[in-house]
Amino acid sequence: MRQERADIVIIGGGGAGLRAAIAAAEADPSLDIALVSKVYPMRSHTVAAEGGCAGVVQDHDSLAHHFDDTVSGGDWLCDQDVVDYFVRHATEENLRLEHWGCPWSRRPDGRVNVRAFGGMKIERTWFAADKTGFHILHTLFQTSLKFPSIRRYDELFCTDLLVADGQCGGVQGIHMATGETVALLAPAVIIATGGAARVYRYNTNGGIVTGDGMAMAYRQGVPLRDMEFVQYHPTGLPGSGILITEAARGEGGVLTNSEGYRYLQDYGLGPETPLGAPQNKTMELGPRDKVSQAFWHESQAGRTLSSPRGEAVNLDLRHLGEARINERLPFIRELARTYIDVDPVHEAIPVRPTAHYTMGGIQTDGRTATVMPGLFAVGECASVGLHGANRLGSNSLAELSVFGRVAGEEAAALARSGSTPPEAALLGEARDNAARWEALRGARGTERLADLRNAMAEAMEEGVGIQRMPGAMEKTAATLRELRERYGHLRLEDDSLAFNTEWLSAIELGFLLDVAQAMTAAALARRESRGSHQRPEDYPTRDDAGYLKHSLAHYRRADAPEVAWQDVNITRSRPGERLYGGAARAKADADAKEEAEP
Amino acid sequence: MSDSIAIYVARYRPGQDEAPTEQRYDVPLSTDLSVLEALNYIKDELDPTLAYRWSCRMAICGSCGVMIDGEPRLGCKTFLREFADRGELHLRALDNFPVERDLIADVERFMDHLETVKPWTVHNSERPVSEGEYRQTPAELERYQQFSQCINCGLCYAACPQFGRDDSFLGPAALTLALRYNLDSRDDGSAGRMAALNADEGVWRCTFVGYCSEVCPKDVDPAQAVNRGKVASTINYGLNLLRLARGEHDT
Ligand SMILES: Cc1cc2nc3c(=O)[nH]c(=O)nc-3n(C[C@H](O)[C@H](O)[C@H](O)COP(=O)(O)OP(=O)(O)OC[C@H]3O[C@@H](n4cnc5c(N)ncnc54)[C@H](O)[C@@H]3O)c2cc1C
Ligand code: SF4
Ligand code: FES
Repeated sequence: MRQERADIVIIGGGGAGLRAAIAAAEADPSLDIALVSKVYPMRSHTVAAEGGCAGVVQDHDSLAHHFDDTVSGGDWLCDQDVVDYFVRHATEENLRLEHWGCPWSRRPDGRVNVRAFGGMKIERTWFAADKTGFHILHTLFQTSLKFPSIRRYDELFCTDLLVADGQCGGVQGIHMATGETVALLAPAVIIATGGAARVYRYNTNGGIVTGDGMAMAYRQGVPLRDMEFVQYHPTGLPGSGILITEAARGEGGVLTNSEGYRYLQDYGLGPETPLGAPQNKTMELGPRDKVSQAFWHESQAGRTLSSPRGEAVNLDLRHLGEARINERLPFIRELARTYIDVDPVHEAIPVRPTAHYTMGGIQTDGRTATVMPGLFAVGECASVGLHGANRLGSNSLAELSVFGRVAGEEAAALARSGSTPPEAALLGEARDNAARWEALRGARGTERLADLRNAMAEAMEEGVGIQRMPGAMEKTAATLRELRERYGHLRLEDDSLAFNTEWLSAIELGFLLDVAQAMTAAALARRESRGSHQRPEDYPTRDDAGYLKHSLAHYRRADAPEVAWQDVNITRSRPGERLYGGAARAKADADAKEEAEP
Repeated sequence: MSDSIAIYVARYRPGQDEAPTEQRYDVPLSTDLSVLEALNYIKDELDPTLAYRWSCRMAICGSCGVMIDGEPRLGCKTFLREFADRGELHLRALDNFPVERDLIADVERFMDHLETVKPWTVHNSERPVSEGEYRQTPAELERYQQFSQCINCGLCYAACPQFGRDDSFLGPAALTLALRYNLDSRDDGSAGRMAALNADEGVWRCTFVGYCSEVCPKDVDPAQAVNRGKVASTINYGLNLLRLARGEHDT
């Protein structure tokens, strides 16, 4: 076992981890920062984000609007002090990326351009064509190279947090090229490991997005919050789940069913907008939960199309014309042509909802601190309280910078003053963990890894998908318990050390199963419908008296997770009705009238 | 079309194998299956010991580059249908890098080269963010946009005979990255990058084979970038002579 030390360890080299590393390096150049990632940082899944990154810039927009859109979009489960901080800092962080070289798309006068996005009242989504995440990630990675105090540990796969006396004092991992165990001790640890949508069969996530950090924290007693809220993105490619960005609709793309009808008008998002004239928060620019749920109803009613890789509806961009598609959505064109042989200039793209984003995650306060001293979490793996029950597209890339910076600065402050728990205790833990992982390598049971993974992913689609039925949810919970048990009897064929990716996948599957169980337990416990969590059969409406609360899933080893509740921080926006389309405009008019006549 | 295809993969396990040897796997053929999906099929159904890198499966993370029938390509952007008539294809780790295991190449050298060219913006006077963005017109953006599309997949290094001969050559992607920043209207750092471009390992090592641009999956056209680097390097050389003649210091 190799032992090393640092002042701060960051697990994750995606947008959140890189931003945290830069913030820590800027806060105090004397700190030794270890940036650990199981892939080279620029391979992190932030790279796949297409559409854009929110931040108020237009004169007729305001922070209050961004706040209101986020809070109502989140169905009032957002912590409003956190949303407030977020909207106040998002633009500044986008500008910082601009100064660092991010190639934001521009207006003719050279200023940064913004586009419309779902659930946003006014255009405030900054974009770099349709490769926004790619450019943000590469900008951050390249910028990070100028800080000598950021030491990278590329392709080091973290397996455990090292904890003694209830305090986090480092991490341990497997050096992928050699299989060697590495213990990395530090007084401050930041988890920035991204989401977990790979628990689902059809998803927009890369193969590496397996909830590792969530599970590592959870196993150490840190609660996972709001895990029942999983966003289905309305427009993934059937079969592969590859994402077709919401910007396609922001630019004017429309959704039609098998009858060529723009069905969203039947689901509280109308009236129908003219082709080529998208209207904010209306029709195709409704929030993702509602748009995905509409697909489910259309499917029930038999009005979806059958495509070679499964049911779909049509996303039609043809009226945008080739020039605009090439300028604004070049990657979408490349993806559609490559993966389904459809050129959106000439044909509609078949799409369907696919699992996309975990609103919940490791519980933190508004400064990214977890309940465990020494441990911070940030980015998609964390639940800082921003997204509530449904995230608005383009808020999460902004979250990476806004809270990545906070995490880096907080960790730097702690690293300067903090102390690590007793080293002997930490290393003892590390040795025990290593022995456990050693036993898994080349394990001689009977169960096939791929079978368990597929069974889990199917069960999650069945029970904890877009619409959650009580029987199906119970069944999923039972399946997951059974899979947990079978996981103890894995058979692994590869017992080598160098790049043993079967071994690492088995460890990831363990993480996935824990996360899946937390999601399912929280979904069962929340007896209402809110945002992305819909129970049309048994609890079809929102219940603020009972559930205006965050769920907290606590790890209980072999037993089902225990779910507790935490109050939501409400400052100025009382829960109201979520209105979109014409209904929202009518309400706004009525409010304006009321204000005019006191 | 037959209903399966033979995929020959060069296997190599350090400490175990002397040299890579091919192993054959028969994979059911479906026209929209990518090479990456075929590898995932092999791993799940036929042989879990096979090692390769992948993540995004949508041609943007740059993980999955391999030699496919001798040509560097992305596994996730290459489809089995292309090889259906021949009924077989051959895979090995990217050329010009040491093999770590099976299809996994050791790309550390490439990573070092990226860092060498100082790929970050330098501003002569740092403007606070409160003063807003640096203006950049669409035309100014256009000047470097293509060169900012590189996904660091390393295919161009596997294609580059010069890098193959001597891996101290900075190579197509790193030199392109330098140009990307040099052409950015917001950047004042080109002088600092010139040393790397001009050095022995820099642009002059390139003999303009152009294969790098052919294999690039993102139309970055690194060969063009390297050649423009040569022009810049020449101009820089000329400017320095002028400055010296005027009694200024070399930059
Ligand atoms: C296809 C797609 C499109 C999207 N588009 C948008 C958009 O347009 N706008 C928007 O706001 N949001 C978008 N999102 C959401 C947003 O991109 C993500 O939430 C965000 O990028 C996550 O960033 P992150 O830094 O938290 O994690 P990631 O970028 O996923 O990085 C996680 C890091 O953790 C490391 N890691 C994980 N586990 C381990 C381990 N065990 N050991 C070591 N390292 C580990 C990984 O190597 C990686 O470096 C999109 C998401 C997807 C999937
Ligand atoms: S220039 Fe092209 S081939 Fe070379 S690393 Fe970049 S994307 Fe890959
Ligand atoms: S898997 Fe990401 S580029 Fe192929």
